[in-house]
Amino acid sequence: MTSNVTARTALILGATSAIAEAVARLFAAEGMRLLLVGRNAGRLQAIASDLTVRGAAAVETEAQDLMTQAEIHPLFDRLAAKLGGRVDYVLICHGYLGDQALAARDQAEADRILAANFSSAALWTLAAAGHLRRQGYGSLVVLGSVAGDRGRRANFVYGAAKAGIATLCEGVAHDFAAGGPKAVVIKIGPTDTPMTAGFDKRGPLWSKPEQVAAVIRRAADGSRPVVYAPGFWRWIMMVIRAIPAPIFNKMSI
Amino acid sequence: MSAFQKTEAIRSWGRVQNGPHWAAAPHWRDEIPALLGEQAPARAAVLATGLGRSYGDSGLNVGGRALAMTRLNRLIAFDPATGLLRSEAGLSLADLIAFCVPRGFYPPVVPGTSYVTLGGMVANDVHGKNHHAAGTIGRWVTAIDLARSDGSQLRLTPTQHADLFSATIGGLGLTGVMTEIEIRLRPIQSANMEVEDIPFANVEAFFDLARESEGSWEYTVAWIDCVSAGRKLGRGIFTRARHAADGPLEAGPAGARLSMPIDLPRWAFNSASIGLFNEVYWRRKAQRRGTRRQKLTKILFPLDSISRWNRMYGSGGMYQYQCVVPPDSASDAVRALLAQASAAGEGSFLAVLKTFGGVASPGLLSFPMEGATLALDFPNRGERTLALMERMDRVVAEAGGRLYPAKDGRMSSAMFKSGYPNWRRFAAHVDPAFSSGFWRRVMA
Ligand SMILES: Cc1cc2nc3c(=O)[nH]c(=O)nc-3n(C[C@H](O)[C@H](O)[C@H](O)COP(=O)(O)OP(=O)(O)OC[C@H]3O[C@@H](n4cnc5c(N)ncnc54)[C@H](O)[C@@H]3O)c2cc1C
Ligand SMILES: NC(=O)c1ccc[n+]([C@@H]2O[C@H](COP(=O)([O-])OP(=O)(O)OC[C@H]3O[C@@H](n4cnc5c(N)ncnc54)[C@H](OP(=O)(O)O)[C@@H]3O)[C@@H](O)[C@H]2O)c1
Repeated sequence: MTSNVTARTALILGATSAIAEAVARLFAAEGMRLLLVGRNAGRLQAIASDLTVRGAAAVETEAQDLMTQAEIHPLFDRLAAKLGGRVDYVLICHGYLGDQALAARDQAEADRILAANFSSAALWTLAAAGHLRRQGYGSLVVLGSVAGDRGRRANFVYGAAKAGIATLCEGVAHDFAAGGPKAVVIKIGPTDTPMTAGFDKRGPLWSKPEQVAAVIRRAADGSRPVVYAPGFWRWIMMVIRAIPAPIFNKMSI
Repeated sequence: MSAFQKTEAIRSWGRVQNGPHWAAAPHWRDEIPALLGEQAPARAAVLATGLGRSYGDSGLNVGGRALAMTRLNRLIAFDPATGLLRSEAGLSLADLIAFCVPRGFYPPVVPGTSYVTLGGMVANDVHGKNHHAAGTIGRWVTAIDLARSDGSQLRLTPTQHADLFSATIGGLGLTGVMTEIEIRLRPIQSANMEVEDIPFANVEAFFDLARESEGSWEYTVAWIDCVSAGRKLGRGIFTRARHAADGPLEAGPAGARLSMPIDLPRWAFNSASIGLFNEVYWRRKAQRRGTRRQKLTKILFPLDSISRWNRMYGSGGMYQYQCVVPPDSASDAVRALLAQASAAGEGSFLAVLKTFGGVASPGLLSFPMEGATLALDFPNRGERTLALMERMDRVVAEAGGRLYPAKDGRMSSAMFKSGYPNWRRFAAHVDPAFSSGFWRRVMA
C-alpha cells in the first residue's frame, strides 16, 4: 500500500459481515486506506472492488480464519505493518449466532458460539489494544449485542459471550482512559443481515445495516465506551434490565 | 434448512395483486447458482425481484420462489474516462445517482422514481423523459452476466450471445438472474436542470409543443387533465428540461422527507376530490411560467419525496394503465382514451403523456416504440375499473399500440400477443425454471 500514505486507515476483522461492510463504505467515502480480514477470499475481493470504486484510497484483503489463530499478537502486528504501521481504526466484527437449543445439549455448538463471540473476539481485542497502546493513538471498535445485557432463554449462550466481550472492551476503555487511544463496544439491536436470515423481520425494532453503520461510524470518533445501535436500544435495555425476575420469567421475549 | 422462507413482504406497487412467496435474499453473487438449484419448496418456479416498483404481477411469482436481489448492490468497476460502470444487479438507482453525480456523471436513462434496481430497469428496458434523445436504458447496457437454472453463467453483450442479450433486455426477469450489469453513464456539468412549464389547451397543442421542443430539450413530459369534461378535457402542462451547463455537482439529499402513514379510506377518492386536485394543479402550474433552475432529482423523481405514496389509493390498491400508440394514430387514440376515462368518471390524479422518439428499442419485448405514451392511475374499484380498461384496450389495439408489462396486472393473452409480435422468439429464451404471475397469465 503505497498510494496516499497520509490517508487515515482502518483494519477490519470479520470484514465480510454485512454490518462491517456498511461501515467500510462510510470509510471508503472518506477516502481512507482499508485492510479487510475475513475467511472467504472471494467475498473479501468483491467488497474490496466496491470500496475501491466508492473512493477508498487503497484496499487490501487478507484471508484468515479469526478463530484458529494461535499467535494473534504477531499476526496483528503483521497486519498493522501492511497499513504502514499506522492504524487509526480497528473494528472487530466477526460473530456467530448459533443455535441455542442445540448448544444446550451439544458441547461443540456451545463451544463454537463461545469461541467466536467471546474467546476469539477477546484475544483479537487484546492484541489490538496492545498495538494501539504502543502506537499511542487509534480507535478500537468491538461489535457486541443487546443480547449481552440480560440473559434470556432464546439465546443466552450467545448473550453470555457478548456480555463477556462487552465487559472486556469496557475494561480496555478504562485502561485507555489516561489518554491516547480509545475503545468502544457497540451494543447492536436486531439487524437485517445474513446472521438473522431466518427471522421474521416485521416490526419497528429491526434495523438495516446502514442505520447501524452510521451509529458505529460516529461512535468510532466519540468518547463513550458503550454505545447502543440504534440509540433507542439504550432505553429499551434499561427497562428490560429493570424488570423483576418473577415478571421477566413469564415473558416470552 | 431451505434458504427460502415464506413471506408476504414481496408486494406489487399497485397492491392489487399479492400473495405469499418463498424468498431468499442472497448477499453474495456466489450464492446464486446453489439457490437456483435448490428444489425446495417442491420445484416451484423462480423469479428475481428488485425494489418492487412494478405495478402489477410482472414482478411477482406468487406461490413460487423469489430471489430478492437488493443486497447485491456492490460496485465492481468504474472508468471515468469512458463512463463505463459495472455493478451488481441489485444496486438501487438512488445509490447509483449518489455515487455518480459528484463525479460528473448521470445514468443515461432514468424512470420516474429512483427507488428501482439496475436489474429491474434492464428487465423492463425502462424509458425516461429523454426517450426522444436517448432511447431506452438497454441501449446503454454493454454487458450482462446472467445466471441460468442449468448452472451456466453467461456474459451477454450486443455481440456475444446476442440473441439472449436482446431477450434479457426487457425480458421481465424470465431469461435468468442478472448478477452483474455494465452500463455507460453520460457526463453532466451540473446537478441542476433548466426547466420550463408551458400550459396547453388540448391534445393537438401538446403534439405541437412536443415537436417544437425535441431538438433542444432533452427531457419532455406532460401532465394532462383527464377529468374535466368538454372543452377542458385534454388541457395540460408541458414540462421540458435540460441539464444545466454549469453549477454544483451535489446529488442532494436522498430519501423521502414525508411518508404516507396509512391507507387512505376509499371515500377520499371520488370524482370530486380528483377533479379538485386536477383543477388546483392546473391553476398552480399555469401561473408559473418561464424557465427556472432546479435540482435534477426534484424534476425527474417528483414523487420520491413521499415514501409509500401508493397507499394514497387505499387498501384496495390501484391500477396503472400505460400504453403506447404509433405516430399516425397517436392524436386520435389519445383523445379517445381520455374521453373513455373521463366518461367513466374514473379520472386519475396523475395522467402523464409523452412522445417516444424513433430510436429502436433493443429488447425483443421492449415496450417503447415511436409514438405517444399515455399513463393513467385508477383506484381499484373492481369490475368497473377492469371494464374501463378493457374498453381502452380496444382503442389501443385498433391503433396498433401496446401496453407496458411493468404497469400491468390484467391484460389478456390476446392483447399481449398482438402488442408484442416477437413473443414467440422471446419465449424460446425463457429459462424453464423461471416464471412470473404475468407470464403465466399471458401464456395461458
Ligand atoms: C413512481 C413510478 C414511476 C415510474 N416511472 C417509470 C418510467 O418513467 N419509465 C419506465 O420505464 N418505468 C417506470 N416505472 C416502472 C419501473 O421503472 C419498473 O417497474 C422497474 O422495473 C422497477 O424496478 P424494480 O427494481 O422495482 O424491479 P421489480 O419491480 O421488483 O421487478 C421488475 C422486473 O425486473 C425483474 N428483475 C429485477 N431484478 C432482476 C435481476 N437481477 N435479474 C433478472 N430480473 C430482474 C423482475 O423479475 C421483474 O420482471 C415507474 C414506477 C413507479 C413506481
Ligand atoms: N445482525 C444482528 O441482529 C446483530 C445483532 C447484534 C450484534 N450483532 C453482531 O454484529 C457482528 C456482525 O454480524 P452481522 O449481523 O453483520 O452478521 P453477518 O453478516 O453474518 O457477519 C458475521 C461475520 O462473521 C464472520 N466470521 C464468523 N466466524 C469467523 C471466523 N472464524 N473467521 C473470520 N470471520 C468469521 C462471518 O464470515 P463468513 O462470511 O466467512 O461466515 C461473517 O462475515 C457480529 O459480531 C454479530 O454478533 C449482530
